[in-house]
Amino acid sequence: MKIRAQVAMVLNLDKCIGCHTCSVTCKNVWTSRDGVEYAWFNNVETKPGIGFPKEWENQEKWRGGWVRRSDGKLEPRQGGKMKILANIFANPNLPEIDDYYEPFTYDYEHLQNAPLSQTPPTARPVSAITGQKMEKIEWGPNWEDDLGGEFESRSRDQLFNDIQKEMYSTFENTFMMYLPRLCEHCLNPTCVASCPSGSVYKREDDGIVLVDQDKCRGWRMCISGCPYKKIYYNWKSGKAEKCTFCYPRLEAGQPTVCSETCVGRIRYLGVMLYDADMIESAAAVENEQDLYEAQLKVFLDPNDPKVIEEARRQGIPESWLDAAKKSPVWKMAMEWKVAFPLHPEYRTLPMVWYIPPLSPIQGRAEAGQLGMNGIIPDTKQLRIPVKYLANLLTAGKEAPVISALDRMLAMRAYKRSEVVDKAPNTSVLQQVGLTAAQVEEMYQVMAIANYEDRFVIPSSHKEMVEDSFNEKGSCGFTFGNGCSGGTSEGTLFGNRKHGSDIFVDMPKSRRKAKGG
Amino acid sequence: MSTLHYFVFSIYPYIALSIFLLGSLVRFEREQYTWRSESSQLLKRGNLRVGSICFHLGIISLFATHMVGLLTPPEVYHAFGLTTEAKQMMAIVGGAGLGALCLAGLLILLHRRFTEPRIRAVTSTGDKVLLLWLLTTLLLGLASIFVSLGHLDGHVMTLLGAWAQHIVTFRSGAAEIIVDVPFIYQIHMFMGMTLFVIFPFSRLVHVWSGFGSATYLTRAWQLVRPR
Repeated sequence: MKIRAQVAMVLNLDKCIGCHTCSVTCKNVWTSRDGVEYAWFNNVETKPGIGFPKEWENQEKWRGGWVRRSDGKLEPRQGGKMKILANIFANPNLPEIDDYYEPFTYDYEHLQNAPLSQTPPTARPVSAITGQKMEKIEWGPNWEDDLGGEFESRSRDQLFNDIQKEMYSTFENTFMMYLPRLCEHCLNPTCVASCPSGSVYKREDDGIVLVDQDKCRGWRMCISGCPYKKIYYNWKSGKAEKCTFCYPRLEAGQPTVCSETCVGRIRYLGVMLYDADMIESAAAVENEQDLYEAQLKVFLDPNDPKVIEEARRQGIPESWLDAAKKSPVWKMAMEWKVAFPLHPEYRTLPMVWYIPPLSPIQGRAEAGQLGMNGIIPDTKQLRIPVKYLANLLTAGKEAPVISALDRMLAMRAYKRSEVVDKAPNTSVLQQVGLTAAQVEEMYQVMAIANYEDRFVIPSSHKEMVEDSFNEKGSCGFTFGNGCSGGTSEGTLFGNRKHGSDIFVDMPKSRRKAKGG
Repeated sequence: MSTLHYFVFSIYPYIALSIFLLGSLVRFEREQYTWRSESSQLLKRGNLRVGSICFHLGIISLFATHMVGLLTPPEVYHAFGLTTEAKQMMAIVGGAGLGALCLAGLLILLHRRFTEPRIRAVTSTGDKVLLLWLLTTLLLGLASIFVSLGHLDGHVMTLLGAWAQHIVTFRSGAAEIIVDVPFIYQIHMFMGMTLFVIFPFSRLVHVWSGFGSATYLTRAWQLVRPR
């Protein structure tokens, strides 16, 4: 048994209001630079939709994630090591920038400098790559926001597999939900496995997957390897970049920027202990629908004295073991079983989990339009089809998703009976296999969601992995070559990292001819 | 023999090789963040795949065959039963084939780089110089084949091989060997040697990493690092 600890995340989709605050704060902190202005380490998609980049879930097209060979071993869907090396000159599975969107700004300068004219001046879009005016913006990171665009296009959503999707095109039956996405910091990441230069790695002490910017050579196999398309190619620096899980913040015991700024309080961060020796077999179980349960078995119970003793022996710090006991992720994923991995069928064992959203049924159920399953309404008649959620979270297996939704409905029914009727209804809890104490804690963590309940993050023990004394007086984050920012603009060896190019002096294409 | 000839063919090779080796080492040590392939595939795929594969296969094979052809002493290939005339024919046919493959790929890539607005916008001057330098060197090499067809006995090829072997074994008198070799070979050689000078200052450094990525085959799928 090889025990490792990882900071994992849960997102409660039931509370996501799709405000994009997470995406914007993330962008301001991490990707407001040339070359990655098109990249969103965190983005929020409206489902049903094809997402960002286009059709990222279609692995027949992009070939991300793993496949189980007939001999029971896993290999990346884009091919084994020989095939990956053979494709090094041109990656056949790499998305083009138009699959994301061509990054743009606007010619704001023109609004101030335009000559007197009959019509008000407009700020035309300008490509951030070429600096040229763009005729029309065809696509953006959030083009399908709140079901934007026609159903025909959005219905290419892979989650509609095995669903009669036509009926959901009608106004009466339409449904939607938000899906905030970031790097999954997988236990079995395909991006790491696909990197010919070995620059992508998983950190041992907290499980964060990072790109060593110095070692990356720009072979771009990680981008096609990642089935979530959450590793990006910086076209300016020629390196891969990805969500860092805000590691400088996590190391200090602070939540990631996306979690800190989430106004809906939907994000949770907590420690999970797992057995690294079980990753390979768990990721390679034959039936895709067993992958969710297989991943549950990889996690170790932080309250089990044997696990604690062994973890101590293997050098997991005491503060991390304490945090693991209080981990909201452990509670939601393992105790209450309301959180699920995103697309377990990719066999990456992701570590950012999701609580499925309820959809409006309670009112209709009481009006007699929906079937009642005992006291709580029948989950199978949710506005969002359970099959759709199961395709997202459990490789299509509906039972675990139904159980989670039932438990969330039972929590509501119980709390309503307690607060409104002043007569706690425990029979509703028996129906879903929860105790009153458990529901009280669920209510505290999931509904009230206080800051200290959402974020249980032990500060990192850097002294155990590096000589902190040598860090004294050193600089923070640089792009290679130590602290020196250099005094000259360029170097013999190509461009240094510098700030963004700002297109200010735009040609005034609409300048009136003199006397015209 | 002029001083210039002596400099270019007896001294310049060592300058070029020194800059190539030390420059690569210094860049790897001091500026590894700038060490990358500078792929433009993300911005526009177009016909990159066919162009890039033809170009890379062509140029890598050309480099390998130049090495083997120039550095194998006549005694060695004679011992394998290969006559000088036969080796000359192999060099002509092989060089023409691989050169044409490389040229086709390079022209596709150049066309893409200079006509595609996004690619043009991100192309540095250094990149343009490098690509045009490669094109010129390649065209000179292909043109020299027509000269070679005029002397199929292979005596020029033997002289060129002797020159290269003198250089890599640090023997004097290398420049004298090729005084009478036709000018087109000499200018091709100068262009080729200069590529080694350009190498550490351009994206060409990714060639080292390309060969280095062979280590990928033997490593484990997953990498876990302490920090």
